[in-house]
Amino acid sequence: MNGFSRLAFTETKLFLRETGAAIGVFGLPVALVIGFGLIPGFGDPQKSLSGQAGTQYIASISVAIVLAVLGLTGVPMVIGQYRERGILRRLGVTPVRPLTLLLADLMVWAAAAILSVALVIGVGRLAYHVPAPRAAGWFIGSLVLGIAALFALGLVVAAAAPTARSSAGLGWLLFFPNMFLAGVYFPTEEMSPVMRQLGNFTPLGSALHSVRDSWMGLAPRPEYLGIMAAYAVIAGALAARFFRWQQA
Amino acid sequence: MTAVIEVSGLTKRYGGQAVVDDISFHVEAGEIFGLLGPNGAGKTTAVECMEGLRRRDGGQVKILGLDPRDDRHRLHQRIGVQLQESQLQEKLKVREALELYASFYPDPADWHELLGRWGLTGKADTRFARLSGGQKQRLFIALALIGNPEVVFLDELTSGLDPGARHATWDLIAQVRDSGVTVVLVSHFMDEVEELCDRVAILERGRIAALDTPAGLVDRAGGEYRVRFRPVAPLDEQSLTALPGVTAISRHDRQVTVTGIGDFASAVTAELARRQVLVADLRIEGRSLDSAYVALTGRTMET
Repeated sequence: MNGFSRLAFTETKLFLRETGAAIGVFGLPVALVIGFGLIPGFGDPQKSLSGQAGTQYIASISVAIVLAVLGLTGVPMVIGQYRERGILRRLGVTPVRPLTLLLADLMVWAAAAILSVALVIGVGRLAYHVPAPRAAGWFIGSLVLGIAALFALGLVVAAAAPTARSSAGLGWLLFFPNMFLAGVYFPTEEMSPVMRQLGNFTPLGSALHSVRDSWMGLAPRPEYLGIMAAYAVIAGALAARFFRWQQA
Repeated sequence: MTAVIEVSGLTKRYGGQAVVDDISFHVEAGEIFGLLGPNGAGKTTAVECMEGLRRRDGGQVKILGLDPRDDRHRLHQRIGVQLQESQLQEKLKVREALELYASFYPDPADWHELLGRWGLTGKADTRFARLSGGQKQRLFIALALIGNPEVVFLDELTSGLDPGARHATWDLIAQVRDSGVTVVLVSHFMDEVEELCDRVAILERGRIAALDTPAGLVDRAGGEYRVRFRPVAPLDEQSLTALPGVTAISRHDRQVTVTGIGDFASAVTAELARRQVLVADLRIEGRSLDSAYVALTGRTMET
């Protein structure tokens, strides 16, 4: 194996050794789909959810949780630690660059996100006959843009925070308002217009809208995709510009 | 001998302040070269400029003919580095760390063999966080050697090691040198440098205060030292005063102390032999890198 694949392989093993990450990324989303599916009549279209079936709605929520957990808690925490512990620095004196580790990690986390979403779709289908996202292409596009937007935001946090602690802390500080405004805790249908508008501008909000729409077979509104793309590009550029490879 | 490291006028500034100030030296193939000095003398900054980890502000550096600024990638295939303060992923196992770092190099060493040599065989499946300080340190030395480097940089090699492990580590580093690898050793331990290094540069406030072999530094520092012994047969001490280099002789009970400069100790022992005077408890005192350091820099390491 060359350096990159060995790094990706090693980081995958390390990721799976983190019980907390496994629960947040795989356990919680699947548990939500199973738990809410037990509510009688939840598989029927719900008036309060713009006609979306409750099971589909919860599955979409699960996708959003996976993106937020990985992008806003996992990315800043792990990268902050790798910098503070001098792991990135140590790679700087090998033929492999520290950037290679970052790319390997982002790849592993993106793969974990996709795997978890596949699990959510599979479990929903087997347990409650929840149909797979009907606009599959739009769904995949939304998922990819959502991963890019939230991971980029996580990278900006890691770039801006001086220590591992502040990096993880700042990540959590973004995590909760994002979850709240995106409509993870309660549907945007029940929000005031101002809050809803605010939520649309969060990367997680636009990701959740796009996922819900494409699950029902609709094309997501272009502004949602645009907002995610903008986060990915702007946050990505900021992270690339300001990232420090070693603790000051 | 060929120089594998050539440093001339190396300078590194932080906020206008020169941390490394115009230092020049070269290191020959197969040498253990020491950078000695107190904390903050610029040792680590200097080697990190040489390793390509920091960008120098001035001067020239060539390692194996490569400039660490322009040829980082090619250079990093041929050097090994142990950084002063660094950690690995907490849950990474020793075996995995070695396999991982081996995969970075075109011609890596056999990591099983390194594991054995550095006393970590029983720890192959132990996670990094569960290693003792000494085991972590030995793992980092093994990682510095995993790529079969031609030059290794070791920064504070024996920090965190107990006395027994320190001596064992010195033996192993001497073996590394004997296998043809050039070693650059950053240290603030006199005994370590005196034991291991072929040549030493003493760094003080970013400048080289002295550069020589450990013995040469001691000689250069000059100063008197003492030979003590207890003659078994009667001895007329005054016969020794005329010997070259001897400055004083004193006697306390049956112990004779001869003070002098230069190579007077050989003259004293030769004279005793000529007179067929047997002596007991022969001791030579006061010539160490420690005292030379104080003489050369006018300060102790702690200040």
